[in-house]
Amino acid sequence: MCLAIPGKILSTEVSNGIRVGRVQFGGVARETCLDFVPEANVGDYVIVHVGFAISMVDRAEAERSYELLRSMGVLESELVSDLETTTPRDFEAEGLG
Amino acid sequence: MKYLDEYRDERIARNLVTQIARRVSCPWVIMEICGGQTHTLMRFGIDELLPAEVEMVHGPGCPVCVTPLEMIDKAIAIASQPGVTLISYGDMLRVPGSRTDLFHVKAHGGDVRIVYSPTEALKFARANPDRKVVFFAVGFETTAPANAMTVWQAKREGLRNLSMLASHVLVPPAIRALLSSSRNRVQGFIGPGHVCTVMGYREYEDLVHEFRVPIVVGGFEPVDLLEAILMLVTQLEAGRAELENQYARSVTYQGNRQAQTILGEVFEVCDRKWRGIGGIPESGLSLREEYADFDADRIFGTEQVTAEEPSECISAEVLQGLKKPTDCSQFARRCTPETPLGAPMVSSEGACAAYYQYRRHMVATSSGGQ
Repeated sequence: MCLAIPGKILSTEVSNGIRVGRVQFGGVARETCLDFVPEANVGDYVIVHVGFAISMVDRAEAERSYELLRSMGVLESELVSDLETTTPRDFEAEGLG
Repeated sequence: MKYLDEYRDERIARNLVTQIARRVSCPWVIMEICGGQTHTLMRFGIDELLPAEVEMVHGPGCPVCVTPLEMIDKAIAIASQPGVTLISYGDMLRVPGSRTDLFHVKAHGGDVRIVYSPTEALKFARANPDRKVVFFAVGFETTAPANAMTVWQAKREGLRNLSMLASHVLVPPAIRALLSSSRNRVQGFIGPGHVCTVMGYREYEDLVHEFRVPIVVGGFEPVDLLEAILMLVTQLEAGRAELENQYARSVTYQGNRQAQTILGEVFEVCDRKWRGIGGIPESGLSLREEYADFDADRIFGTEQVTAEEPSECISAEVLQGLKKPTDCSQFARRCTPETPLGAPMVSSEGACAAYYQYRRHMVATSSGGQ
């Protein structure tokens, strides 16, 4: 759970007073708090830890880092949740997108 | 060099290994304090690529592993109460408490859920006002701002059915405790990249000067770790003790101000027990008085719960860099990720679990597979 995963911001909105975005990690997109990275916008890549973006990265860095986590087989367990309806999947087949 | 061909940039990795070997003239002990870095070191066999003089030891960098036994017991006591939904990160369910674990509470009808993000607990509490929702919040400085934001938002919304059992830990006080120990062997530290992404690396300056120990903040890719090790070895061989930042593409001196602000608003520094290590002064975060109404420890009356740690597990020595997981007589025998005797075998970021995944052949070979 101390991993941070790079993803791409697909959309942003303000929900309950918090700036959130849909962030894509391979085959799954997750709602992510963007309040710690106010400069990040749609199309940007961010490093996400437990649903909170903690820094911005460039695309090359994001893709390299994502590939490393995928190769170590740790992505699926990191994104697992009893309360989310979407399940992480297809990490073998898909890149960061 | 069996793993080198798997590296993203084999040429760079090979060059770094060669440079480290050229610089080294005597033995050095280097510690990383980050479960993610431990996992990378094992996965890519970095410790086996290094010259024999450079010994890597694995510090208390897995938040699941250092969560004190009594906090697990408190979570179990709270989760066993009627009307409670206890929510935490996945790895926490299998961490052994004094008598049982949260997974067994769940199997026997307790409402225990795992989430990827604390904001899911917030949503669940909003949607289920009849449930007493408790978020069991563990983690280092990387995780604390996210958990802080969750409580801050609950207070702002006037959400009365969400509370937090907070067991956060801080890295710099742990380094201080390790360096202050008469048994310390560690001569250089790889600083935790994501902790420093949030907190910056200015907090480590005092440690470098006070203990004359080099600290290099490092990233998570194999090449990052090799580069950080080279920077440390270069300093050690030259007799220097400086603070350097290998992971500059993510880590700044000041860190993430927004995250630090919310962390400081909700949490305050407190003394904290670390599983396997014991009490470390000012090494944890607890909810500020203004958030007392959200403190599960007070709400559920578990403040007096204490626990004695069993002596069978050698995780204390492992987490201090005094022993390797493979030194344990129970490693890969009675203690496996399915039946963990100690917390470092539970989480994939724990040193014992990483050794189990990548190094258990060493035990099988040396003991005839018993």
